[in-house]
Amino acid sequence: MTPELRELYQEVILDHGRRPRNFRTMDASTHHADGFNPLCGDKVHLKLVVKDDIIQEAAFQGQGCAISTASASMMTEMLKGMDTTQAMELAGRVRALVSGNDEEAAAVRERVGKLSVFSGVREYPARVKCATLVWHTLKSALNNGSNEPVSTE
Amino acid sequence: MSSVSAGTLWDVHAIRRDFPILTRKVHGHPLVYLDNAATTQKPQEVIDAELGFYREICSNVHRGVHELSGRATEAFESSRGRVRRFLGAADDHEIIFVRGVTEGVNLVAQTWGRANVSAGDEILITAMEHHSNIVPWQMLCQEKGATLKVAPINDAGEVIPEAYASLLGPKTRLVAMVHQSNSLGTINPVKKMIEMAHAAGAVTLVDGAQAVAHRKVDVRDLATDFYVMSGHKVYGPTGIGALYGRAELLDAMPPWQGGGDMILSVTFERTTYNELPFKFEAGTPNVAGAIGLGAAIAYLDGVGLETAGAYEAGLLHYGTEVLTAIPDLRIIGTAREKASVISFVVDDIHPHDIGTILDGEGIALRTGHHCTQPVMDRYGVAATVRCSFAMYNTREEVDALVVGLRKVIEVLG
Repeated sequence: MTPELRELYQEVILDHGRRPRNFRTMDASTHHADGFNPLCGDKVHLKLVVKDDIIQEAAFQGQGCAISTASASMMTEMLKGMDTTQAMELAGRVRALVSGNDEEAAAVRERVGKLSVFSGVREYPARVKCATLVWHTLKSALNNGSNEPVSTE
Repeated sequence: MSSVSAGTLWDVHAIRRDFPILTRKVHGHPLVYLDNAATTQKPQEVIDAELGFYREICSNVHRGVHELSGRATEAFESSRGRVRRFLGAADDHEIIFVRGVTEGVNLVAQTWGRANVSAGDEILITAMEHHSNIVPWQMLCQEKGATLKVAPINDAGEVIPEAYASLLGPKTRLVAMVHQSNSLGTINPVKKMIEMAHAAGAVTLVDGAQAVAHRKVDVRDLATDFYVMSGHKVYGPTGIGALYGRAELLDAMPPWQGGGDMILSVTFERTTYNELPFKFEAGTPNVAGAIGLGAAIAYLDGVGLETAGAYEAGLLHYGTEVLTAIPDLRIIGTAREKASVISFVVDDIHPHDIGTILDGEGIALRTGHHCTQPVMDRYGVAATVRCSFAMYNTREEVDALVVGLRKVIEVLG
């Protein structure tokens, strides 16, 4: 494999892709949203429990590739304990990391924690939406509570 | 299948030299292009024909008295003649140049369809249609209060004959069917299906996007009313294709787009429409594209479409055999009659991850739903990996795909 591919499919991503965390239904949620990528058919259904502006629980279901599954898995892990403003800011930084220009990506790389493993996605424009689908879905859940499904297109 | 003898007659390495792109490298590897159902590569003759138009005779067609316009018109119309012979039509004016299959289907839906379909009528399609042969009919049905019926397929990916027969009836106004499925490779028994449709009093349209690159098509032998094809899937340029329609039907149809070239005379009170085929070709056409398509057909005539098809059948047989040997790989679409396409899934590995890793090896193939979401739903998968062959592919390329897939499974499995 090329170094770029090794960077894309890092062990952490493969692990979360194979054994996603928080991959389950949740009966009592306060926010939820559906994300859909019509180009590849990836679907994610995200549920959150938010109490006093703090995200207590996050879980997802759906189907997708290794990148989108790992992205959702790691996002749900990181969200717990964050307030909603912090979560929205993190969503913005992830977007910059995977689809911003060199400068923007470098500026956020140290500020996304373990999500820096997704920086390899930048070399694969066709795969950016795999990584960002669940983050778009998060924004939709926090902004609208539960409304129309969000689409990457 | 005559693939064994054809293999010895077919000098694939000589054919490959006709396609300049096949010498390039991708990510440091020789290009292995297995995405031919999406678009085929172009031989030098086609590239030269397009370039030659712009360098030597560029001008508008059907309107100038000067030398260049005359030469361009002649080249454009001679391409129409080539398409006519390619499809086995009786007359050049039964060939309408369009952008491709999608535009051809839309033209029929919006002219013939609007004039002939009314509330309570039915349009019948098959469950393996591409979106371009679903959506235009859905739009028409919605507008007219008609019903879209779908002939189901079996697990192998074949239309179920009894179900098809039972869906034909006095309300069926049109049957639209794909000749060869882009996502499953199935070749439909269209001649028989057309005969049954006609017996029920319906008009027929065949989507030939995939079929024309792999087999000789004769619209008069099929006895279809309409047949549509795209140039770029048959080694020609993008943005050009053809609609064949029986003259009698085309004559009776209202025009589609209004504009120049489709008129005989215009006053602010009244317009007299031009005769066929110009009635359906408003505006300056894709002249260079049409000339390129003519060159592609001439190229195919030279190498022999039927010999190419037999060679591809050998590749399909070989590819099916070696891919089936990979554990956890499942082929989607196992019709008895199929051509040039192997769609598959690998347990627990998403097609997009497969596609990205194979791309790193220089292997180009399609991953996704192939614009046939209902087919994906039928098999309970979100997407497949699709390997599709053209006349220039080799067994060595199939072997490279197998090596690549084993690597993918090692990394992601």
